[in-house]
Amino acid sequence: MQKKEPRLNGGRAGALLAPYSLWSLIFILVPLVFVAYYAFTDESFRFTTENITRFFTATSNLKADDGTVSEVRTYLVIFSRSFKLALISTLICLVLGYPMAYIMARAKVRTQKTMMTLVMIPMWMNFLIRTYAWMTILQDTGILNNFLTGLGLPVVRIIGTETAVVIGMVYDFFPYMILPIYSIMAKMDVKLLEAARDLGCNGFGVLKRVIFPLSLPGVISGVTMVLIPSISTFYISQKLGNGKFFLIGDAIEGQYIANNLHFAAAIAFIMMVILLVFMGVFRYLTSKVVSGGE
Amino acid sequence: MKWSSKLYTTLIFIFLFAPIVILLVFSFNEAKSLSVFSGFSFRWYEELFSDEATLESLKNSLILALSATVISTVMGTVAALGIYRLRKKWYRALLNTVTNIPMINPDIITGISMMLLFVFVGRMFSASTSLNFWTMLIAHVTFCLPYVIFQVLPKLNQMDGDLMEAAQDLGCTPFRAFFKVTLPEILPGIITGAIMAFTLSLDDFVISYFTSGNDFQTLPIRIYGMTKKTVTPKMYALATIIFFVTLALLLLNNLVDNDDSRKLREKKKKSKAELLEE
Repeated sequence: MQKKEPRLNGGRAGALLAPYSLWSLIFILVPLVFVAYYAFTDESFRFTTENITRFFTATSNLKADDGTVSEVRTYLVIFSRSFKLALISTLICLVLGYPMAYIMARAKVRTQKTMMTLVMIPMWMNFLIRTYAWMTILQDTGILNNFLTGLGLPVVRIIGTETAVVIGMVYDFFPYMILPIYSIMAKMDVKLLEAARDLGCNGFGVLKRVIFPLSLPGVISGVTMVLIPSISTFYISQKLGNGKFFLIGDAIEGQYIANNLHFAAAIAFIMMVILLVFMGVFRYLTSKVVSGGE
Repeated sequence: MKWSSKLYTTLIFIFLFAPIVILLVFSFNEAKSLSVFSGFSFRWYEELFSDEATLESLKNSLILALSATVISTVMGTVAALGIYRLRKKWYRALLNTVTNIPMINPDIITGISMMLLFVFVGRMFSASTSLNFWTMLIAHVTFCLPYVIFQVLPKLNQMDGDLMEAAQDLGCTPFRAFFKVTLPEILPGIITGAIMAFTLSLDDFVISYFTSGNDFQTLPIRIYGMTKKTVTPKMYALATIIFFVTLALLLLNNLVDNDDSRKLREKKKKSKAELLEE
């Protein structure tokens, strides 16, 4: 940054920062330490790895659709399910949201503003209510099925399936994918696209070699902003999955309600570590793609 | 726009607005059904306004959101001023990272982690309940702060640093210079930050869920409780009202925004002139 060096009252920065530094230390950093502390201690705060071991070894009986019962590692199943559903939802959001962001960024300025507002309006609705609205749409006797039977079509059973959970996640977090990609694309220099065309790129080439690499920071933050709430949600799965598809969030909430704070902390701790690793790898890979494209 | 783009955006907007439209329509349903519309009535609105627990929770939500907004806006603005003046690069980077944590961390982790702290401290003082209005307020201030800081900081960076210097050279005290020069310049950022804080606080469910006690229920927590049982269109009536109020606020904000920037420009000119006169 090329700021003029002798900033006015540079010496007073400390006094201005003291309240916030203290606040963020006590209420942001210390609580995270407490998650680890609770995760590795028992009820009387003695060190133990039992919570972590329990996470990896606890088993329960899983009843498959054909009625066969098999013993599975409870929390590992919950974790992989959470990741699977969140990844599918994120991918759908990306595939649907990317063209949308592109269209928005290429529209007239006035249209852009209107579309932005329209995309944001659903976000102003509490997500509990949005999710609940989907429940009444997708129910076996819901609006969708009323419509289908009215047309003489058979009833579709969506509620209580993984599909319903994915629909809920996509709907609730879709704007978070569009907005960051759009704001990057809106700033993109049109001359670059023209130059690429002049230099012999076809439409697809421009998209692949110019637009996509340039929009990648938007894609990264969009993916982050959809993936993280999808993985950790605990309401969508209860309402749209009829409680049949426990996710990580449900597991944490369940332990919190049962007052097993140490085990709840252990699940939260493991989720945090996996998310950190996952986002780190994701950012590393996407940065490779960018530098490889140049 | 090409017809294919138009078709695509239309389909996306149908997907985004279908549930909301259905909500609005069924809030006026005469019967209890949420899938068959049998006739128009205000029945559910009447029931909503006689539901004291819901009205109480709405009042609680507003009190909490207002308090969290005032505290986080003031503290966040002061923090942004501090970060802006900070010369130690490592401290700046550290604060930046820490400020990002509540925005990136899943809400459930933010909620659980603060709850653990509050419960632990409560146990230390052997309090019977450690979660109450105050713990919730602390949590809300904490997750609102980053949004305020990241709205104000860019405005400070855009500001002409010479202006502040000129004001002080011309005899303003630093305090007076701040109110005369800096504040008008960064005000749009502060206002946007405050609005974001207010709406985030009003809308938050997950963090509130983990940090609230029994004595203080906010609207989202009340809605959560209501949707655990079978739901009547009363909740749809509530959603409809919330929808139109937020829509009105959004439009008002846009109007004020345009008006504000015009006034601000005039004000800037004026304060510059004033300074030169002094």
